[in-house]
Amino acid sequence: MKNPVRASLLVTCLVDLFYPEIGVAMVTLLRRLGVAVDFPPGQTCCGLPLFNSGYHEEAARVARRMIPIFSGSEHVVVPSGSCAWMIKKEYPGLVGDDPAVGSQARTLAERTHELSQFLVKVLGVTRLETDFRGRVTYHDSCHLLRGLGESQSPRTLLGGLPGVELVELPGADECCGFGGSFSVRLPEVSTSILDKKIANIEKTGAGCVVSCDAGCLMQMSGGLSRKGSPVRALHLAQLLAGSDPS
Amino acid sequence: MTASTRFGERAAVALKDAFLQEALTIATTKFIGLRKDSFAGFPQGEGLRDQARAIKEATLQKLDHYLEQLADNVERLGGHVHWAATAEEARETILGLCRDRGVKMAVKSKSMATEEIDLNEALERAGVTPIETDLGEYIIQLAHEKPSHIIAPAIHKTKGQVADLFSRELKERFAADPEVLTAAARKELRQKFLQADMGITGANFAVADTGTVVLVTNEGNGRMVTSLPRIHVAVMGIEKVIPSMTDLMVFLAILARSATGQKLSVYTTLVRGPRRSAEVDGPEEFHLILMDNGRSRQIAGALREALYCLRCGACLNVCPVYRQIGGHAYGETYPGPIGILLTAMLKGDRAVKDLAHASSLCGACQEVCPVGIDIPRMLIELRHRLDRERIAPLGERLMFGIFGRVLASRALFRLGAALGKLAQRPFVRDGRLRSLPLLLGRWTRSRDLPPLASRPFSERWKDLA
Repeated sequence: MKNPVRASLLVTCLVDLFYPEIGVAMVTLLRRLGVAVDFPPGQTCCGLPLFNSGYHEEAARVARRMIPIFSGSEHVVVPSGSCAWMIKKEYPGLVGDDPAVGSQARTLAERTHELSQFLVKVLGVTRLETDFRGRVTYHDSCHLLRGLGESQSPRTLLGGLPGVELVELPGADECCGFGGSFSVRLPEVSTSILDKKIANIEKTGAGCVVSCDAGCLMQMSGGLSRKGSPVRALHLAQLLAGSDPS
Repeated sequence: MTASTRFGERAAVALKDAFLQEALTIATTKFIGLRKDSFAGFPQGEGLRDQARAIKEATLQKLDHYLEQLADNVERLGGHVHWAATAEEARETILGLCRDRGVKMAVKSKSMATEEIDLNEALERAGVTPIETDLGEYIIQLAHEKPSHIIAPAIHKTKGQVADLFSRELKERFAADPEVLTAAARKELRQKFLQADMGITGANFAVADTGTVVLVTNEGNGRMVTSLPRIHVAVMGIEKVIPSMTDLMVFLAILARSATGQKLSVYTTLVRGPRRSAEVDGPEEFHLILMDNGRSRQIAGALREALYCLRCGACLNVCPVYRQIGGHAYGETYPGPIGILLTAMLKGDRAVKDLAHASSLCGACQEVCPVGIDIPRMLIELRHRLDRERIAPLGERLMFGIFGRVLASRALFRLGAALGKLAQRPFVRDGRLRSLPLLLGRWTRSRDLPPLASRPFSERWKDLA
């Protein structure tokens, strides 16, 4: 028998602290697909919030600590387009002044996959069984879409779920207004961008908006919940894991 | 990040302006659609964008060479070339020409370079009447405002507002009908074209090996400005030079498509010096002002790519921030994502202390940029410089310093989470945080926040392992 694919989870700070159920869903999903999952201890955050605000020395310190944690990993799977982007696109340059760490960072960048890309492009999965039923719509996270150039994998996976009717979200590729610290630096602007997103979500008649980034989910569910909307914002992993998280 | 900023206040005001919101939504949505359609039917577009970027890159490497070539050719054609290191030098050159030649009125074709140097105000102070002849510019000149978009200066106004403005300023009641309003402006402007002593334009491109100044316009006013008055002055940033006419074809194929979704703008005007002896029209004198104003400093710097900008405005139309607040909230000549970079380039980093954060870094700007300027990456670089140069507020730098320490240590990370869980207790209602104090209050004012989970994933993993 073939050796199982081995994957380390990099759960991200938001999933670890706010949305552990997304991490649990990932474990369930990956194990069902025969992946040997581990969770390297000591991980915190990829440093993206520091990096995007311009605090590059601080972000580099976080990166230099995170990189060796995953040095033994065959694949690193991340439930976030933005954190995967940070590791794949920015880590190598950020720590490149030290050649040894720089080469480790390049290896990590190659081995790191955003969840939907890992499922479709590494494992070759397109059809999954789940008891989730209903109409859903998909919001592209900016970093997954434009940072990693991925729009298809999440749609393929959602479209392959037997009980799910996937409807395209008008303006799916437009930002939800989160933008990390942007959401509190310019809260009014952030919220007015979000209002447009929510109006579009409501137009679809979907009971659930799916995304691949906990940051977008925090923003969208924050707005939906404040408005008293019955629409839920869920991570792709939660839909794919099999049971309806409600 | 601790106190609200003047930019933040202007943005908040813009968000409450229902007219502005209506005008912005209609116009930017239209521009986005037109651009998308025009590139969808133009498969060679992507290749041309790469080519255009490569031309800009190569030209900047030998900028001095191309500028000298341009200057030589313009002079050979009988034109005059003036080098302006600063905005003030550019203004003084034009005012000097007005003084020496007894200019009383100048008609203008739309030009961001002249906005950059506040030329209209300087002309007025010197007793020269500037008349904007592009319809959008004419509207905002009547309204005593500044352009709020690089190519659509009056984008912030609805047609109803323009009708009211014209009725008031031109002392005649006009319907809110674009055709009626255009006809009114046209009638007013005809006289001015004939009266003016000077025509002032910018330049979309200047071709070094032929000495040609290129203007891309849609209303025909550019042609009148460059041919009717006895003097034509063109003001251009030094980065607008391109090597050859072959290069020009590359840019023309993508500029209008990016800006308005047109294959070409209605008029592409090529100006080569003043009227020659056998010609019956054209200006007696042609002056080209080559303006630096902070640009050459950036050639070797981190913001270098901003010098590739064609001023098409596509990045404004797709920017979620611009689409919500419009151009005036930025408070600078150049609004939108590229405007933040250009402002830093022209006025220094301190000028964009707040603006550098006026982006969610969504990347839509880079995606539509005809020359692929990596605007998000440069905004991050700019933010980095604000930290390094200690321009960012002390409170923010301290906070991110602590935040950085916490994220770089598992022990501090856990401690932070534990303290957070204690602190959030009094605020949790129905499993949500609906009102939080201090910084987080900026989130909960309009959105709920999930509480920190009672057991983080790192704890729950122990049950799963």
